Amino acid sequence: MELTVSDLAVGRGGVPVLAGLSFVLRPGAALVLRGPNGAGKTTLLRTVAGLQEPMAGTVRGAEDRVAYAAHADGLKAALSVAENLAFWASVFGQSDIEAALQAYDLAHLRHRRAGALSAGQKRRLGLARMSVTGRAIWVLDEPTVSLDAASVTLFADAVRAHLGDGGMALIATHIDLGLDADVLDVAPFRAAAGAMASVDEVFL
Amino acid sequence: MRALFLRDLALALRAGGGFGLGLAFFLIVVVLVPFSVGPEPALLARIAAGVLWLGALLACLLSLDRLLAVDFEDGALDLLATSPLPLEGIVAVKAAAHWVTTGLPLVLVAPVLGVLLNLPAAGYGVLVLSLGLGTPALSMIGAFGAALTVGIKRGGLLLSLLVLPLYVPTLIFGAEAARRAALGLEAGTPLLLLAGITAGVLACMPFAAGLVLRVNLR
Amino acid sequence: MSLWEYANPVKFLALSARVQPWLWGGAGLCLVVGLVWGFFFTPDDFRQGSTVKIIYLHVPSALMAINAWFMMLVASLIWIIRRHHVSALAAKAAAPVGVVMTLIALFTGAIWGQPMWGTWWAWDPRLTSFLILFLFYLGYIALWEAIEDPDTAADLTSILCLVGTVFAVLSRYAVNFWNQGLHQGASLSLDKEENVADVFYFPLLVCIGGFVLLFLALVLYRTGTEIRVRRTRALMAREAGAARVEA
Repeated sequence: MELTVSDLAVGRGGVPVLAGLSFVLRPGAALVLRGPNGAGKTTLLRTVAGLQEPMAGTVRGAEDRVAYAAHADGLKAALSVAENLAFWASVFGQSDIEAALQAYDLAHLRHRRAGALSAGQKRRLGLARMSVTGRAIWVLDEPTVSLDAASVTLFADAVRAHLGDGGMALIATHIDLGLDADVLDVAPFRAAAGAMASVDEVFL
Repeated sequence: MRALFLRDLALALRAGGGFGLGLAFFLIVVVLVPFSVGPEPALLARIAAGVLWLGALLACLLSLDRLLAVDFEDGALDLLATSPLPLEGIVAVKAAAHWVTTGLPLVLVAPVLGVLLNLPAAGYGVLVLSLGLGTPALSMIGAFGAALTVGIKRGGLLLSLLVLPLYVPTLIFGAEAARRAALGLEAGTPLLLLAGITAGVLACMPFAAGLVLRVNLR
Repeated sequence: MSLWEYANPVKFLALSARVQPWLWGGAGLCLVVGLVWGFFFTPDDFRQGSTVKIIYLHVPSALMAINAWFMMLVASLIWIIRRHHVSALAAKAAAPVGVVMTLIALFTGAIWGQPMWGTWWAWDPRLTSFLILFLFYLGYIALWEAIEDPDTAADLTSILCLVGTVFAVLSRYAVNFWNQGLHQGASLSLDKEENVADVFYFPLLVCIGGFVLLFLALVLYRTGTEIRVRRTRALMAREAGAARVEA
């Protein structure tokens, strides 16, 4: 089933930041979001992930199917790599973490405390989490921050494998991942949001 | 759910998790009481039950501001919110883990500290029973307070201000039961009322806390 | 035309501007008449002497302290169910008024209690309950102050108000159980037998009326201020939006 976003408006604190967004994401497809910092990409991704309500429009086909990765990885420094991953796997009702460890070249670090990892390794662990959720739609917010070139390739391969299995990905990123994906520039929708009334408009 | 419970236990027990801080705090409070009111055994015997209850309550409060804030700050709460677990369940499980790592040890150590305060022999059983019945409510109410203040920087003090008035009924019935038993009076009624409050809190509070957490995450 | 029309901030402000002079005037009149009547034209109580006259401040403020919280509860429910901004702001506006009423009740109670009971303060159930109510007010206000986004603050404080109400009622019964007090019985009740004597009763009613009007006037005034603050915010948001459309 595809992810359908129609005429979506998203906002922060009652002020719309993006409006009039529509797109369809089909199984096996990826969509890359582009736009300057503060354009509202994160707000859009959080809305698609169901963390906040849309101000207008609908998101269909996302419920209980989204795996979300934000800037923060939600890792526990006191737990080992394998423990962190196994925790997220079992939260999502899965158990297999080996494939994810291999895909992100973390297998040799499995007993290392997450607190002792480098920034790039932490990021890889955070991304490996996506693979153990078993969810179809990956929603990724700047996934390549602090990754080196080799790790970016690992990540791109993982996304490609996920798409190959009929998964979907919605990625906000500035770098070219070499994916065969559509690109959506959010700038025009930002202008549309400027014309839209804020929640506080009722006070005028 | 079980994974989350076990993870919270593991995090509390490992280095930097803060396990034992509550216990140490409880011990220090109890040790300081005779310094402030004098060493007279009869006086200590009379106030022992109340002091132990108040000390346990404050020790419970101590670790609440980290209950949800840690997961909020490192992003884990966002990720949990998009997981199949309901937020109500997440809060309830975290409160349960808080109780096992904070409340339960307090219950177990309270009789030992009772000796320090010259608690009359008749009071020990009901003291442990009342703390055992009451501390789960303290953890759950505290989790609600933690959910309210999770998005606020330095919310610890505000958390205390919000939670302490909510602790009043639990404290009154719990301490009253322990006090009556120590004086050799019948303590059944306050114990039953305490159990009722705890049951009500455990049944309803996760929903209020889940609601509040959802507001704070958006 | 329905009552909900006044959930619109603009209409609310217009109505409030029309009603407020009457409320202020009525409050002033009632308080002057009631207090002068009560203080100077009623006999001293045969047991309590002239001390009893503090009743004209104590009882109305205590009533309003509880009613203010009750009003906040209703306003919070309306916000949660119907999401009218005015309702949330009215709850926010009422809280400090409620705190002051609680403080007046506590202080006048202490002044009354000293000659009567020989003590400024006793852990009597009613006194204790008011002290707890005071703490609830403080927490409620502190939560409003701590949260930046106004709608988030409104949501969280409404839920706190609901939960707080349940616990305040529980505390009331817990405190009753914990200590039977020395406070005199209710000054007013529908059962006429228990009431204070008629000579005290009528000026007391006038004073209560005055406090109710004063409370309403203060809450309308403060709600108006809160609405104007939000209005400023909305204007700034609109300007920022217009700038974005041009860019």
